[in-house]
Amino acid sequence: MKAFLRDRKVRDIFWQVMATIALVAVVVFFVKNASDNMVKAGIASGFNFLWRDSGIEVPFNITGYKPSDTIWALLWTGIVNTLLVSAASVVLATVVGFTVGLMRLSHNWLLSTLAAVYIEFVRNIPLLFFVLFWYFGVLAALPTPKESFDFLGVIFLNRRGLSIPTPNDASGFHVALLASLVLIGVQIGLARWAKARQARTGQDFPVWSAGFVLCGALPLAFFVWAGVLTSWDLPVLRGFNYRGGFVLVPEFVALFMALSTYTAGFIAEVVRGGIQSVRQGQIDAARALGLTPGRVVRLVVNPQAMPVIIPPITSQYLNLIKNSSFGAAIAYPEIVAVFMGSALVATGQAIEIIAITLGIYLTIGLAVSVFMNWYNARHRLVTR
Amino acid sequence: MKTAAPPLPGWLAVLRQRLFATWLDTVVSLLCLYVVWRVSVPLMQWLLIEANWNGTSRDDCTSSGACWVFIRARFAQFMYGLYPVPERWRVDLLGLLAVFAGAALSWRGLPRRQEIMVATVLILPPLGIWLLYGGFGLKIVETREWGGLMLTLFLAIYAGLIAVPLGILLALGRRSRLPLIRFASIVFIEFWRGVPIITVIFLASLLLPLIMPTGFNVDRLARAVIGLAFVIAAYMAEAVRGGLQALPEGQTEAAQALGLGYWRVTRLIVLPQALRISLPAMTNEFIALFKNTTLVLIVSIFDLLGIAQAALADPAWVGMNMEAYVFAGAIYWFACFGLSQWSRSREKRLQIAHGR
Amino acid sequence: MIVLHARAELDAIKARGHIECGVHLGLPGFSFANDKGEWTGLDVDYCKSLAAAVLGDSTKVKFTPTSVQQRWAVLQSGQVDLLSRNTTITFSRNATLGVNFQGINFYEGQTFVVRTKAKVAAVKDLADATICVAAGSTEEKMAADWFRERNLKVTIINFQKNDDAISAYDQGRCDAYTAGVGALAGQRIKFKDPAEHQILTEIISNDPQGPVTRWGDERWQLVVRWVLNAQIAAEALGVTSKNVDEMKAKSTNAEVRRLLGVDGKFGAMMGLSDDWAFNLIKQVGNYGESYERTVGMGSPLKLQRGANALWTKGGLLFTPPFQ
Repeated sequence: MKAFLRDRKVRDIFWQVMATIALVAVVVFFVKNASDNMVKAGIASGFNFLWRDSGIEVPFNITGYKPSDTIWALLWTGIVNTLLVSAASVVLATVVGFTVGLMRLSHNWLLSTLAAVYIEFVRNIPLLFFVLFWYFGVLAALPTPKESFDFLGVIFLNRRGLSIPTPNDASGFHVALLASLVLIGVQIGLARWAKARQARTGQDFPVWSAGFVLCGALPLAFFVWAGVLTSWDLPVLRGFNYRGGFVLVPEFVALFMALSTYTAGFIAEVVRGGIQSVRQGQIDAARALGLTPGRVVRLVVNPQAMPVIIPPITSQYLNLIKNSSFGAAIAYPEIVAVFMGSALVATGQAIEIIAITLGIYLTIGLAVSVFMNWYNARHRLVTR
Repeated sequence: MKTAAPPLPGWLAVLRQRLFATWLDTVVSLLCLYVVWRVSVPLMQWLLIEANWNGTSRDDCTSSGACWVFIRARFAQFMYGLYPVPERWRVDLLGLLAVFAGAALSWRGLPRRQEIMVATVLILPPLGIWLLYGGFGLKIVETREWGGLMLTLFLAIYAGLIAVPLGILLALGRRSRLPLIRFASIVFIEFWRGVPIITVIFLASLLLPLIMPTGFNVDRLARAVIGLAFVIAAYMAEAVRGGLQALPEGQTEAAQALGLGYWRVTRLIVLPQALRISLPAMTNEFIALFKNTTLVLIVSIFDLLGIAQAALADPAWVGMNMEAYVFAGAIYWFACFGLSQWSRSREKRLQIAHGR
Repeated sequence: MIVLHARAELDAIKARGHIECGVHLGLPGFSFANDKGEWTGLDVDYCKSLAAAVLGDSTKVKFTPTSVQQRWAVLQSGQVDLLSRNTTITFSRNATLGVNFQGINFYEGQTFVVRTKAKVAAVKDLADATICVAAGSTEEKMAADWFRERNLKVTIINFQKNDDAISAYDQGRCDAYTAGVGALAGQRIKFKDPAEHQILTEIISNDPQGPVTRWGDERWQLVVRWVLNAQIAAEALGVTSKNVDEMKAKSTNAEVRRLLGVDGKFGAMMGLSDDWAFNLIKQVGNYGESYERTVGMGSPLKLQRGANALWTKGGLLFTPPFQ
């Protein structure tokens, strides 16, 4: 009997069973309390509220939402707004982050110190400060609608936002977009072919110049052509504000700038760590072989730095997406503000709404993680 | 090859090398200097040179610089929130005790340092709650009256105190050989790491009262502390996991060969080494926690940033936005920067100690 | 069938020794705390009356500031005994949130505050304007409905807190901010330059506001309702904080005698002491005194009684008889 009790497997199973029972008991206890309390308080439950009319205004959306739509449509608008500001911020944060990171590694002492000051400044102050600063700072700097900054007479920047003209007929742009995607595909194919040819024959091919034409000049021409073909809905000052066109609200701009500049500081450190992790000997050897600085970076430094950079950058991107919830503090209508804020107050169904919101963030996070893991696996260095 | 020019004095040569080495460098340096000049001159003027330091009311802020009179007038509020004035000595006492304990423990020559450290961690937190909240002889000061820097520190420290042991347990659980425990740990960690902290604070504020049996009231501040603690525990767990993974397998195997059980091995061999390795990562998480305490603004708990905003709503001090945010921001910056510098200096010391 | 257990709120309050009152984050005139933490206002006075009636001392009340968003959760979870924070009575709130409204202590009307420079004469001139509002308030839906019915386009920006909406309006983010007339009169002092702003006189909706309680405890809701009625009845019967002692000793009016506990054991019927109304009138005053002191002519808000006068004086306030 003693041997039985001493047996590791038996003990393992015993402890796991105990843990399961404890966990289940705790969960059941809390769930029972919750349902008792909700019944006593007369709070409705269930997910039917999603199909109720919302009646809630959302001042900024690209989904065409109206207050007469359902709460489900409201949720979808929140999700789209979250993804919109996150995607835009990821792009700017990466660009700024890489720039600042490279500045930090520069030989020029002033440049590298400025970069260090920027990084330390951004890393030691809570994001909420930046969000509030950009929002109230940005607002204070912009003029009233009557005195807007205007660009070319069609784009107007003022306290209410950035009004840009929209095309009345977007089909030309869809065609241009499709054509551009095809050209990008051609470029990728060309790059592959050029690489294979180089491996076979050692001959060079100006892939970058071709890329400039295929992915830069030609798509630009297509879009311009599409733009010329349609008529435009121009913003016009009527009474208090500009009507017509599309308005990019200051909340979006403030959140976008705050998220980008904040995350850029962290990305800069990641980039610096990644590049510094490439041993000096590699670079020396590459230079000794006579490679141009551009080629050294592209063929020697990057492939070794990227695998070190990608996992931490992934977590920075995930942080950025989660930080988009700070929009709730400045009335940017993303998920927390719109769903966990307005919809929760209107319907009172806290548990369902919180569960859905958490589920959405977890799903988005999971999707990004999976994608970055795939990207990381592709770029992983095969070491012996 | 350059012709032989007379050598420049030492510092000038360094300046030349660092800033003006090439033509491009020179341009860049000049550009940077211009940017620095354009930004820092107005900043210094506003912050220091033309600022108002003396006075008691808004009317004393006559020049165009910062109105630090506002900060001086409301300084007590920024520090203590609405804590009743006659009881503020309790907060001060706690602060002094904490600083003293920290200073004493950082002196490496302290006799019986380990024991004192354990004693401090066990005694100081409950003592702190007694001093701040009251009861048993002290007048009760409800948590709704706490605010300002004192509240921010309370949130960060107590959430951290819960998060660190919980995080260590989760990290150990994640590496456990029992599949259920491993699964539960992974789910817990990934869940709390995957959701925004704003939603966690909302969740804690709204759900905790709902899931407690009727009549059992969870204090509002306690809810925020618990919410923050759970999230930070998940991040701490990942930081500790890094340390556990970095530890060579040989250590555990040798300990097991000596016949030590799992908990002995963990307590005496694995954790001390792993925690030392993961201390920088854990400090980073604590800095992040400190910054995330600002989020309790969302549930109307008046931490330092909340008090700054509330002070702005006072009609007697309209338009002091910049001063309030700069002051609060400076406090956060110095605290976080100080912590990260301490962490870096510890790291360096460790590297020297280990001969790396 | 759901059986709701009475939670004996009244006993809990007596055991605790104070009332937990949920109020606004800071609305001058209604519930506002100065920098020493002292609360004043019409809604605050109501809670103080409740404390005087139930516990005999109007200072035995603690205030919990709540935002528009948090107020329901705070009430439903039991953290406060009631909400007294200029909350409008609506059907959906009554039906879906598990709350009841115990009468009306302020008849609000919704309007807008605009910059005087904008020369807005009527609400319809706000077509194409941007309007700041607090998310989750009745003002948000009402403004949206009003403009939509008249086919006028406006952009409504909603904020989590009233103060955020006000400061955004002040900064120029919006052309107008909408709230009740009374609330606007109070919020006015938060503007950088109050003279630059103008509160429109056109009212676009009717917002009766009153104390809010949870479902479940009938006895507590009874007390809440009749304390409000007592405040109004005292004014109707001419009982003030100054003459209440004299009235108690000498009045021959049957209703006054019942109200002040001289005749009939009305207090005991509710589970309170018999001088419940006497205490609240003496320590806080009747409705009229409270009004004048907090939002009326004796206050910076200078609101007329208007609809908030007694029904005999052209207003809408009346109370069922104390019989």
